[in-house]
Amino acid sequence: MHGYEFYADPSRCIGCQSCVNACAECGTHRGVSMIHLDFLDREWTTATTPMVCMHCEDPTCAQACPADAIKKGEDGVVRSALKPRCIACSNCVLACPFGVPKVEVAMELMMKCDMCYDRTSVGLRPMCATVCPSQALMYVTPDEAARLRRDRPVNTFRFGNQEVRTKVYMYLPQGEEQLEVDVIHDMWRPEE
Amino acid sequence: MAKLPLPVEDLIRAYGPTLKHTPPGGWAESARHEGERLVKTHCCFCGQQCGIQLRVRQNEVVGFEPWEEFPFNRGMLCPKGVKRYLQGSHPDRLLDPLLRAEGGFRKASWEEALGTTASRLKEIQAAHGPDSVAVLGGASLISEKSYLLGKFARVALGTRHIDYNGRLCMVSAGTAYKLALGVDRNPNPWSDIPHAQVVLVAGSNVAECFPITTDYLWRMRDNGGKLIIADPRRTPIARNADLYLPVKPGMDVALFAGILHVVLREGLEDRTFIDEHTTGFEAVAEYVKQWDPRRTAEATGVPPESIEKAALWFGTAERAMALHARGIEHHSHGVENVLSVINLCLATGNIGRRGAGPNTITGQGNGQGGREHGQKCDQLPGQRHIEDPAAREYVAKVWGVKPESLPHAGYSAVEIIEAIHRGEIRGLLSICFNPLVSLPDAGYVREALEKLEFFGIIDFFLSETARHADVVLAGSLQEEEEGIVCSGEGRVIKINKAVDPPGNARGDSRIIVDLARRLGQGQYFQFPSTREIFNELRVASKGGTADYSGITWERLEKEMGLFWPVPEEGHPGTPRFFEGGHFKYPDGKARFLAAEVRPGGDPLDAEYPLYLTTGRVVSQFLSGTQTRRIGPLVDQYPEPQVELHPELAAQHGIANGDLVTVTSRRASVTLPAMVVRTIRPDTVFIPYHWPERKSANNLTHRTLDPRSKIPEYKCSACRVAKAETPAGLKANGRLNVLGWR
Repeated sequence: MHGYEFYADPSRCIGCQSCVNACAECGTHRGVSMIHLDFLDREWTTATTPMVCMHCEDPTCAQACPADAIKKGEDGVVRSALKPRCIACSNCVLACPFGVPKVEVAMELMMKCDMCYDRTSVGLRPMCATVCPSQALMYVTPDEAARLRRDRPVNTFRFGNQEVRTKVYMYLPQGEEQLEVDVIHDMWRPEE
Repeated sequence: MAKLPLPVEDLIRAYGPTLKHTPPGGWAESARHEGERLVKTHCCFCGQQCGIQLRVRQNEVVGFEPWEEFPFNRGMLCPKGVKRYLQGSHPDRLLDPLLRAEGGFRKASWEEALGTTASRLKEIQAAHGPDSVAVLGGASLISEKSYLLGKFARVALGTRHIDYNGRLCMVSAGTAYKLALGVDRNPNPWSDIPHAQVVLVAGSNVAECFPITTDYLWRMRDNGGKLIIADPRRTPIARNADLYLPVKPGMDVALFAGILHVVLREGLEDRTFIDEHTTGFEAVAEYVKQWDPRRTAEATGVPPESIEKAALWFGTAERAMALHARGIEHHSHGVENVLSVINLCLATGNIGRRGAGPNTITGQGNGQGGREHGQKCDQLPGQRHIEDPAAREYVAKVWGVKPESLPHAGYSAVEIIEAIHRGEIRGLLSICFNPLVSLPDAGYVREALEKLEFFGIIDFFLSETARHADVVLAGSLQEEEEGIVCSGEGRVIKINKAVDPPGNARGDSRIIVDLARRLGQGQYFQFPSTREIFNELRVASKGGTADYSGITWERLEKEMGLFWPVPEEGHPGTPRFFEGGHFKYPDGKARFLAAEVRPGGDPLDAEYPLYLTTGRVVSQFLSGTQTRRIGPLVDQYPEPQVELHPELAAQHGIANGDLVTVTSRRASVTLPAMVVRTIRPDTVFIPYHWPERKSANNLTHRTLDPRSKIPEYKCSACRVAKAETPAGLKANGRLNVLGWR
């Protein structure tokens, strides 16, 4: 969909896994989800983060691919590996700074999010961003994003010496002085 | 009579739950869209009633497609909605009526199954009177079925005793709203939420139970509003709250009294509103005087400064909303808990305006609609009280019977189970209800089912309760009959039929009509389809509080639903109630009503020093009759775990993933521990969707709120102990919290 961008805001994620379940419905990867839903540290917090492919400008997965199987389209969407070329070596899995690609051993194929190419090419939003109940995953125009959200979307990330620019934007949480996550910190107890 | 006909393992082998992971025909077939049509309808699960399109091919639901035009959820769905289609074409589906027989159940013809059911019910009534038979219904049924079931009980069976599982859901809220405001309906449409400056969410795990409401709350915060969460657990929504109040289970009245205390101390009440639009303020103001922040902190475990802050935010906001759910409603003082929330809103003039008002978050699909038209033990269609002579006369006329022939108010759901124990009720007909999993004190419920002389059930799967039945009438899923429901916000919406019931299964409404005919009352049930039932419902509700007379199925589809009352055709509906401070009492005023702290029904002591509270997880729904058969939803959270704080865990030497035994005054349950800092150290939590030895409701107690008759699920006394991990079971296998989903 021309003019639309993908935004991810982990601070809004409620861990419901609607995105994971909806992604698995896609006809191209049939029951397997391309989204990683991580509980950051369940002992301490209910915080979760949905990890979709960030669609890098210069994809590390493609750089690391010895079979030249990973291509980026003119739309900036990095596709799953080309089946005739992929040798399922997992270099991309190891190389991706965001930990996105999966190798489906049974299919001997690397698979990843292609931003629902089948949907966006016919004017439908990606499935995960359509169903997401908290809109932690959002697919809108940049104008709409600016109108809806106060936080700042970023698409430049540093991993050590590597700087990665991505098609997908991520919202940075507004700065907090401290984060108290244990219920005890919010409780009142007479002996205190 | 109604003991299990076979060992549980054999029943599970024959009737499930079986996990279904793939669409009919498999993924390759599902990816092809030829010959497919999309049916616009709503999710079959919770009270949010999200719009969804079902992909249908050759009488099978093969998938879903978001429905972005439906205004409530705009395409958004929770995982239950995404995977709901997998309940169709399911291997566990009952395709024929079943009769209890030697060595289990045998398939029967409809003639035999319906004939047996009617004759057994008649025999029991002939021997023991009309009230010796009870009917249990459900709030997942479309309103046409709810209405039909109420009429069936009162006209075809002539019994007083009909109630429904909405009794376990919204009745405390409904009772409190009716008492305080004169009507049982939410004051605000959900579109008001983003306009509030402060939203207080009390006792609602919004992120897991009502995921779509999350978006409304986040948008409220995007607009600069503040979110306050009161809950013993820091649920996913509480993580982003501006203020979190970790209230002790059962102490909600004290918390709201403390907040109102500060509001009044600071002079933040709306005097003009109170004087012009309410009565009874002085008594409530007098009561909360004793609940200063210090004393409130001692009672609730919420710090005094948090109570002050909540009161200042709520009291100074021009527009404040209070949303609440089962967390404050599932108590033996559930009505008082809700009244204390309403009192806070009335005192600050926060009602009847955009972005201002108290609202309950309805739990069940047709929670609102299911109780409005007659399957509640004390109500006739249109939300009329069954003891109101004018209501009896009107409804009797619509039904073509004499007013004096209408039974009077009967027992509520838990009371029906108790009456079965006493031998007062001997026959039961149940639909859309799995009391063995969902009612408190499961052991007691099982004993009751075993005492029944006859138990007939209408269901699409053989639920844990249905295993005890003498006759199982193979009924229909939500997507197999056309009709309406009323969502939590009071919006009446259209449920469209996607497929016919498979095999020899039949539409529920047809089954009930056939039974009425066999009971000799066919002349009152001339309904060729659900459309004729709806048209009678419209007439029966006319002039009542929940007046649907101006609603047509066609309008609902065209206008994306209508908020009742819709008293005439062309009426635009009523999205917001109480505008201008006009309440549904003859004097137009709202009532401040006493909400005073009193103990619950299962108090803590030295032997049972901890609170047990129960609730849901996002991937399961209610008793799990449907969702425990949907593979991906089960994979997401395979079995119940006991949430407890590391401080409590350490006292008992319990590590994450260890088996822990929770013991209440009723029973013990042993489950894996989930050691988390997101719960009060004096409280343990167990989700309730599972049966048998994993059932949280083995532990809960039957104390009811005296007015709403809701059970006290949210507060039982218990103790915990580390359990021996059986040899061969690796405690930290998939039960490990980090690998938990």
